[in-house]
Amino acid sequence: MARVIVTTSGKGGVGKTTSTANIAAALARFGKKVVAVDADVGLRNLDVIMGLENRVVYNFIDVIEKTCKLNQALVKDKRVPGLYLLPAAQTRTKDAVNPEQMIALCEELKPEFDFILLDCPAGIEGGFKNAAAGADEALVVTTPEIPSVRDADRIIGMLESMGKSPIRLIINRLRPNMVQDGDMLAKDDILDVLSIDLIGVVPEDENVIRSTNNGEPMTMSLESPAALAYLNIAERLLGRDVPLMDLESYATRSFWSKIKRIFTGKKK
Amino acid sequence: MDFLKKLFGSANDGSRAKAKNRLQIVLMHDRTDISPELLDSLRGEIIGVLTKYMEIDTEKIEINLDNDEHEVALIANVPVVRIKRGKVDVNKV
Repeated sequence: MARVIVTTSGKGGVGKTTSTANIAAALARFGKKVVAVDADVGLRNLDVIMGLENRVVYNFIDVIEKTCKLNQALVKDKRVPGLYLLPAAQTRTKDAVNPEQMIALCEELKPEFDFILLDCPAGIEGGFKNAAAGADEALVVTTPEIPSVRDADRIIGMLESMGKSPIRLIINRLRPNMVQDGDMLAKDDILDVLSIDLIGVVPEDENVIRSTNNGEPMTMSLESPAALAYLNIAERLLGRDVPLMDLESYATRSFWSKIKRIFTGKKK
Repeated sequence: MDFLKKLFGSANDGSRAKAKNRLQIVLMHDRTDISPELLDSLRGEIIGVLTKYMEIDTEKIEINLDNDEHEVALIANVPVVRIKRGKVDVNKV
C-alpha cells in the first residue's frame, strides 16, 4: 500500500511542483513505483515540469467522473521505470472535485504504488483542502523569505489540525553566500520559528530553470547541487539517515563581496 | 578604516537579523489571531464559570486580546457585584 504525501506551501511560486517532480523521479530511481498527482485543477503544470505534456490524454477528473479508467489517465514516464503522472484537468475549476472524491481516488491508487505524491495548489482554500484530504503525510516547501515562512506557518497549523503526520519542511532556494553575508534567513532561523522537522535544504540553482526548459526533472541526470538535495530528500523519505549537504561549499562569492569581507574583517 | 567600513557596510548590518526579528513578531500575532466568533464563545464560557462563584455585571464585561510588540495577552475586565458565599456546587452549572 502506498504512502500518500502532499507537497504544499501556502504561498505560490516557492517550488512545490518542482519539488514534487524531482522527489517523484528520485524515488523512482530508488526502485519505487511512484505516481505524481497534479492536484492543481485549472492551473496544471506538473505535466510540463516533468516533460510529459504531450502525452496527456485524460486527467484525474475524468477518472473521478468515470469518463475513463484509471490506467488510461496515468501517463507512464519512459525515462525512469516506475514513474507515473496523473494529470489535472486544465479546463475545469477546483470545484470540480471534493475531498471525498480525492480520498476515493487515492484509495484506488494505493494498491498499485509505493508512493503517491500530491502536488497541491497554492492557497488555503478548496484546492488545498482537496489535495490534503487524500494525504497521510505532508511536505511543506518554503523559501528563506518572510512571506513564504509566514504562509508555511499557517499551512503547518492547518495540516496539524487535519491530523497529517509527519509534516516535514523543505527549505528551497537557499543562497549559502547570502546567508554567510548575513543577508538571508539561515536554515536554523527558519527552524527556530517554525516548530517542524526539516527533511532537506535545496540551494538556489540555475539548473532548476534549465531542467524546466528541457522538461526533465534534475534528479533524472543528477548534475547539479539542487538535484543532489532532492535525491537526499527522497532517501530521507525512505527512512535513510542522510546528512545535510555542505551548502557552504556551494557558496560562490562575488568579487565585490570578497572585497567587502576583507575590509569588514569578517572571516569565512 | 572607518570610512572603508562605511563604504562597504559593517559586518553586522545584514538584513538577516532584521528578517528573523520581523518574522517572529508577525508569527506571534498570526498565531494568536482570534476570530470574533471564537472570542464570543470564549466570552460566553468565561461568564459561565465566573457566575458560579460571583454575581457579575455581564453588560460591562470586556474581554480582548491585547497586542504589543513583544507579547499578546488576554485582558479581561469583569465588574463584580458580589461574591456568592457558602459552598458552591461546582458540578451545577
